[in-house]
Amino acid sequence: MSATIAKSLDLKGLSCPMPIAKTAQAIRDLKPGELIESFATDPGSVPDFAAWCKSTGHVMVEQTQESGVYHFLIQKR
Amino acid sequence: MTTTADITRSIDARGMPCPGPLMSLIGAIREGTVGDMIEVLSSDEGSRTDIPAWVSKAGHELVEVAEDEGFAHFVIKKVR
Amino acid sequence: MPARVVVLGGGVGGTLAANLLDKELGGDVSVTVVDPTGMHVYQPGFLYVALGEANGRWLSRDERTLLRPNIDLAVERAIRIHPEAGTVQLERGGNLEWDYLVLATGARLVPEQIPGLVEGSQEFYSLEGAERLREELRRFDGGRIKVGIAGIPYKCPPAPVEFVFMLEDHLRKRGIRERSELTLLSPLNRAFTIESASKVIQPIMVERGIGLETFFNVESVDPSAGIVESLEGDKAEFDLLVLVPPHRGQKVIEDSGLGDAGGWVPTDRFTLQAAEHERVFAMGDCTNLPISKSGSTAHFEAPVIASRIASLIRGTVPKTNYGGRVMCFLETGNGQATALRFDYEHPPTPPQPNRAWHTAKWLFNRLYWETVPKGRIPERATKERS
Repeated sequence: MSATIAKSLDLKGLSCPMPIAKTAQAIRDLKPGELIESFATDPGSVPDFAAWCKSTGHVMVEQTQESGVYHFLIQKR
Repeated sequence: MTTTADITRSIDARGMPCPGPLMSLIGAIREGTVGDMIEVLSSDEGSRTDIPAWVSKAGHELVEVAEDEGFAHFVIKKVR
Repeated sequence: MPARVVVLGGGVGGTLAANLLDKELGGDVSVTVVDPTGMHVYQPGFLYVALGEANGRWLSRDERTLLRPNIDLAVERAIRIHPEAGTVQLERGGNLEWDYLVLATGARLVPEQIPGLVEGSQEFYSLEGAERLREELRRFDGGRIKVGIAGIPYKCPPAPVEFVFMLEDHLRKRGIRERSELTLLSPLNRAFTIESASKVIQPIMVERGIGLETFFNVESVDPSAGIVESLEGDKAEFDLLVLVPPHRGQKVIEDSGLGDAGGWVPTDRFTLQAAEHERVFAMGDCTNLPISKSGSTAHFEAPVIASRIASLIRGTVPKTNYGGRVMCFLETGNGQATALRFDYEHPPTPPQPNRAWHTAKWLFNRLYWETVPKGRIPERATKERS
């Protein structure tokens, strides 16, 4: 991965729609091509992040789940 | 003590903060007919002062107020 | 032979309930959604249309595109429900049979109930109303604006408060705030239904110079004199009046003898069954429950109804109850908002308005079509490690 992870957000414990809202706010400070990663525990964040990427054109580089924590790695368009 | 038979409409607003017991009462008064006896059950603290205040200002009759386990019980008569 | 479920109404509640039932039961259920227009409208958008911030075009979508493929859509008006016979009569003469019925018929506006309201005031509770108000605001060049409520119950208690805050922003941006006077006419003795939220927003209203008149339940409007009167005997003068119109349940509910004095369906607060008809469920704006008439209520009720009907169809005991969950945003202008989250057991504790909640509301508006009506059923993650 050549792009840098510019921001890492711990959003565990926040319920919908806060995980996506905080991520959308934070990504504004990134340069195009930079990566942001978010960790969330709310299962609703999975469809939210997918819909947001589809709507904005940001790229969901990777999306994984481990022990109830969802990890989203998104590249700013 | 007003019996169930006398009640035209009963609003159980316990645990329902929005629109709240007073708003629901106002709705029942607006939708009702003169002479209606409306019962309101409320677990909301503020209702104890808000409901009598509005009933008085709007010219209706507060027939009964009773305290129960964690909630208040009001009976209001639509006068006009 | 699949069980037949008819859903009356293709709004947020009906659409989601239908989709969840179809997903849960597949071939064991045949779902039909009946809707008079076949168009699904995102009502929270009207506010933005009124303020010139959104185009009404984006607020409606063909209901067919929001329903799973095996669900039938009948673009028809239901005119009579026969609960004992298990049928619904349609306006054009057809008849639908059902084993379970979901009433998601919403609320209708009855502005004619208030003398002078139609001629003398504006509203943003319909797309036409919002567009007319937008034009009226374009012509507005200063004066007294009063925002009030002309009937209870009404959809979305936050809306008039949000409108007043957003309007204040709007007038400032246009440079006419100095010569405009803004007042909220509240039916209660505070600005908003929820006391804890009112405590948060009232100081902001004072800061922004927005007036508040209390215990003002609109009874009539005198368009030529520019006066609005309350049932409490007070009067207020206006140059521009924006009112939440009175609401009632739909005609089909009333004509079928299923509605109370306001046309609302008496409903159990936990099981969401219509009183006296155990195979009929009611949700969203059409119930008589003294809870918020809000999209989020229908959104949270839908899975309960789908689950209970699925259990009944399978012959198991329904266990899911609606716990009164509601989640609403309240925009306070200036790029900030708060959130109202509560249920029957937990009262709301709204946070101080902030940018994060404003962003959350903005995102919700933008992502609605892709998330809510189809059911935000989490997809499986691309990689799963345990």
